[in-house]
Amino acid sequence: MSITMKIENLEAKIGDKQILKGLNLELEPGKVHAIMGPNGAGKSTLSKAIVGHYDIEVLGGDITYKGKSIIEMEAEERALEGIFLSFQHPVEIPGVNNAYFLRTALNAKRKHQGKEELNAAEFLREMKGHLEMLGMKSDMISRSLNEGFSGGEKKRNEILQMLILEPEVIILDEIDSGLDIDALRQVSEGINRMKDGKRTFLVITHYSRILDYIEPDYIHVLKDGKVIKTAGPELVPYLEEHGYDGIKED
Amino acid sequence: MANEGLNTAVSGEYELGFEIDIETDIIEPGLDVDTLKFISKKKEEPAWMLDLRIKALKKWETMIEPHWAHLDYTPIDYQSISYFAAPKEQIDSLDEVDPKILEAYEKLGISLDEQKQLAGVKVAVDAVVDSVSVKTTYSAELEKHGVIFCSISEAIRDYPELVKKYMFSVVPMADNYFAALNSAVFTDGTFVYIPKGVRCPMELSTYFRINAMNTGQFERTLIIADEGSHVSYNEGCSAPTRDDHQLHAAVVELVILKDAEIKYSTIQNWYPGDETGKGGIYNFVTKRAICEGENAKVSWTQVETGSAITWKYPSCILKGDNSVGEFYSVAVTTLAQQADTGTKMIHIGKNTKSTIISKGISAMKGQNTYRGLVKINSSAVGARNYSECDSLLIGSECGAHTFPYLESKDTQGQVEHEATTSKISDDQLFYLRQRGITEEDAVSMIVHGFCKQVFSQLPMEYAVEAKALLELTLEGSVG
Repeated sequence: MSITMKIENLEAKIGDKQILKGLNLELEPGKVHAIMGPNGAGKSTLSKAIVGHYDIEVLGGDITYKGKSIIEMEAEERALEGIFLSFQHPVEIPGVNNAYFLRTALNAKRKHQGKEELNAAEFLREMKGHLEMLGMKSDMISRSLNEGFSGGEKKRNEILQMLILEPEVIILDEIDSGLDIDALRQVSEGINRMKDGKRTFLVITHYSRILDYIEPDYIHVLKDGKVIKTAGPELVPYLEEHGYDGIKED
Repeated sequence: MANEGLNTAVSGEYELGFEIDIETDIIEPGLDVDTLKFISKKKEEPAWMLDLRIKALKKWETMIEPHWAHLDYTPIDYQSISYFAAPKEQIDSLDEVDPKILEAYEKLGISLDEQKQLAGVKVAVDAVVDSVSVKTTYSAELEKHGVIFCSISEAIRDYPELVKKYMFSVVPMADNYFAALNSAVFTDGTFVYIPKGVRCPMELSTYFRINAMNTGQFERTLIIADEGSHVSYNEGCSAPTRDDHQLHAAVVELVILKDAEIKYSTIQNWYPGDETGKGGIYNFVTKRAICEGENAKVSWTQVETGSAITWKYPSCILKGDNSVGEFYSVAVTTLAQQADTGTKMIHIGKNTKSTIISKGISAMKGQNTYRGLVKINSSAVGARNYSECDSLLIGSECGAHTFPYLESKDTQGQVEHEATTSKISDDQLFYLRQRGITEEDAVSMIVHGFCKQVFSQLPMEYAVEAKALLELTLEGSVG
């Protein structure tokens, strides 16, 4: 079996506090991995460690992606290699036109892949279908990046970036928080459209609601900085009923 | 984290620091009546001008150098500066400018060859090197429209009535210490007159270059927009990289009559000195506009990236009823630069309106101060002002300061003021980097976003230049 990303015995801290304490996880191509666990278990820390966030100091272990260690790679290199994080709280950047940002990001990626950069007209053509599918008004891309966006608009904009950048590993950090039912459906449709049998999804969530829309292949339960259980989707109803306390370590 | 790379990212190289290799006529340092006589003689000025210069010097000698600004520098030794320097072999015929100067201007991106300019984007240029204007382009074509575009020295000789009427009318001779100094020793600068009802057919511009060592540049610019006329004017500047500070003390006067409009844009890129504060231009400038008539409009747009010290408050006296004053500013201080800049809006006429948009960017050890006055006289019934002053900090050693002053005698006036200070946050940088954008590009994207309101006021080709300049100033190689 081939592995897209392998996390081995990862230990990491934020500030003075060690959060990840020997975490092991294997992500398979084309699969949806859900990470569930109580508050403070280290779910967001795990996603930050994968993308190379500045908060994280790795103390030990390794993350390999397509067979190469990425621990020493800059955040932008990891992004260009195909690792994408949909942020739980996308930051606002005043005055930076959303379309300009999206095109810059896309062209950085295309350049990295040795492809021609897209001009403004070609880019807008690419965007049109995505915007419709996500139920985004076309003026959304002429506004400043995330500035004054509602919670739902911010999440749609994250998914829009995912659709454009076509990453290989997609981390969705609490993608369903702040979404009403319509937005949840549209966002899920965007995510499901990206499933192609090769891309890997890491869905980080508190609640099982999102898993009704994006069907997971694996459930990993995270507790106290480690993955304590890995199972199939049948674990979800059990967790709903018994919570995390009843989970026995594998 | 990111801050490690940030300092190298904001200590951009000064690219215009080359020296033009020409011979220079330069007088001995020192300032007295004889200096003024020398300058006046070199300029072939009429006697009345020399008398005014001497009067200004006498006033200046009774004044003291102001130190109320948020600027830290050792007092200037005015006797150690040479007050006149000119490229040698300066010949009146416009075709005989030293090729090295033409070449230097090409290098600065400014063509003094009318034939070489692209069709459709004609820009008339007055090129000033040290104390003299070396060439003014398109004067003949502009003359057909009745527009006078020449050096101030020529104007004193050829249009004495206009000069006598308007010079010192907006910035009085002894308005302040540096204006008084300039009034005594000013050497060159630009003169523009737009006749009644004429829309100036092209952009006008002046490019100031300090080249000689140990000199100051003291230019004087006077622009008169007669009734119903319109002109867009741009100035740029640069200087060689030198270890000593050089003084630049300019005066700009704008007169806007009834229904006329002046748009005045500046891209200031004097040599900023190094990161320890060694070298760089001391920029002490007085710029003021008066909206004399009804519905007159003036707009100052400035992008200040250079100079070791900037002391500059382009102001608007809104005398005519319904007149409008605008001030759009981006001031960048990095390395050890200090800027104390802002504006004064003096509302006198009824229903006068002013807008102030000020963006200060500080990086490394840069100190950036906004200082602005909005004054509404009792006569200014219905006056309105909107002010917005935003500061952006990059790194933790820099500073931003805001001093808005308000004097309102009209109880019906409307004054709004907003001020923000923000830091380029690690979260903003990380967000962009997670999308594959390099740290350097991310910084420039955030900074451009911050400056957008001001850049959109610049004529297009200057907006492009301003963006590029900002990139150069704030970006080096990320290590």
